[in-house]
Amino acid sequence: MTPYDALVAPFVEFDFMRRALVGSLALSVGSAPIGVFLMLRRMSLAGDAMAHAILPGAAVGFLVAGLSLPAMTIGGLAAGVAVAVLAGLLTRTSVLKEDAALAAFYLLSLALGVTLVSLKGSNVDLLNVLFGSVLALDDDALFLLAGVSSLTLLTLAALYRSLVLECVDPGFLASVSRSGGPTHFVFLGLVVLNLVAGFQALGTLLSVGIMMLPAASAAFWSARLSGMFVAAIAVGALASLFGLLGSYHTGVPSGPAIVLAAGALYLVSIAFGASAGLVWRLLPARRHRAA
Amino acid sequence: MGRVVSAASAIRLDDVTLGYDRHPAVHHLTGEIAPGALLAVVGPNGAGKSTLLKGLVGTLKPLGGRIDRGALKVREIAYLPQAAALDRSFPIDVFDLVSTGLWRRRGLFGGLSKGDRATVAEAIASVGLSGFERRQIGTLSGGQLQRALFARLALQDAAVILLDEPFAAIDAKTVSDLLELVARWRAETRTVVAVLHDLETVRRAFPETLLLARRQVAWGPTSEALRPERLLEARGMQEAFDDHAPVCAVDHAA
Repeated sequence: MTPYDALVAPFVEFDFMRRALVGSLALSVGSAPIGVFLMLRRMSLAGDAMAHAILPGAAVGFLVAGLSLPAMTIGGLAAGVAVAVLAGLLTRTSVLKEDAALAAFYLLSLALGVTLVSLKGSNVDLLNVLFGSVLALDDDALFLLAGVSSLTLLTLAALYRSLVLECVDPGFLASVSRSGGPTHFVFLGLVVLNLVAGFQALGTLLSVGIMMLPAASAAFWSARLSGMFVAAIAVGALASLFGLLGSYHTGVPSGPAIVLAAGALYLVSIAFGASAGLVWRLLPARRHRAA
Repeated sequence: MGRVVSAASAIRLDDVTLGYDRHPAVHHLTGEIAPGALLAVVGPNGAGKSTLLKGLVGTLKPLGGRIDRGALKVREIAYLPQAAALDRSFPIDVFDLVSTGLWRRRGLFGGLSKGDRATVAEAIASVGLSGFERRQIGTLSGGQLQRALFARLALQDAAVILLDEPFAAIDAKTVSDLLELVARWRAETRTVVAVLHDLETVRRAFPETLLLARRQVAWGPTSEALRPERLLEARGMQEAFDDHAPVCAVDHAA
């Protein structure tokens, strides 16, 4: 097989591969920076919890309208936002920490979701909701992915200062501005939005993979925030490309293939990341400077 | 710098009690922090010093009494918490951290102008951190970080500045540099209230002292407030909360 056959031909020949690539690239561009912020706020697992929380909403949409994009999107958004807001409010008004509040709500939500899906529909449908169908993205799904990605980047840019300060020094932010609380909720809203967009392509459970794996990889490539964003988006984009190609050539499902590719890139980053890769530690220490 | 900040109103404490779950951490404080005052708050651990600052800055509501800030808004008070709850592993450099002191002028969206950048650089230079602008905060020593936080305080341009143990675990050179900055704030008629443990520093640099031991032991000129018998009295304080303690007798009398 020539490199052209391996890397380019699938996208030239098949429309559905091009759509899958465009969709998953759009997803990476929006989700990866969100993942970086989640990681820096020590909320890496919150994304996972939210992904589970979205399930019952999508399931209600699925029960009402079958495999319909708008119905499942609206349902997923509603469930995700409800869990995020409830957990956020509970954290700010009670003794519970955010991780505990989220854990409680997402478990409830997940159980509800699985119950709802099993009430109607075959297991194939359930698999579709859980694992997505990146190879079957229609125009609407692509517009949704691109729209969410654009909205995410614009919102992050607008809230950047408040978000960063809420991570570094929340006490200071509270002393100069009231924007901390609203910023947190808008950010959680973005997390939900990206996960909902992601489950069209990767399914509810794996959509968090294209959010957190690139972010965790990025920590090994740069010690600066701007560098982390670039690295995370790059890892997400490469994972999309390699995942789709791997899926095309070996026949494994595309959603898991993309997340597996992201996982492989994560392992590579741990070992060879330019900033904190483990391999560099094995090299003999370079002599330190005088000052 | 070197300009004069319009004198803020005094902060008046009227029989103020502050605490947690009905237990006073410090009770029945009465006094006035005059505009432009340079006040040290001294006392043993658990005397209610940090609690008092939280009350002044408005994050803790008094259990009793009143804190009257006059025309002063809570947001005009700059507050440096004890060993700031700062995430030092977050990837942000000194320049960006210090520049957040301009928040009140630039807000959530405003960009930094060229002039602002010069102001930030000047503030960093004034605490002796020139050359550290692009260093990540995680690589700073405790003293260097404290210098950076003082630079941010200076940029906040606040009429009232509250410092909670600003010199804990800081070497003598850094302390004297930062005290110079405090003296400059005073010359600009800003009000400065600092929680301190080192009595030498207090005697040297702070004209007024409040000696706390969960109540007001003394409040006045430093030489008066820190007399040996007063210090001895403060040391005899009961530290633990007592769940069966009767309702405070002073309340009954009132």
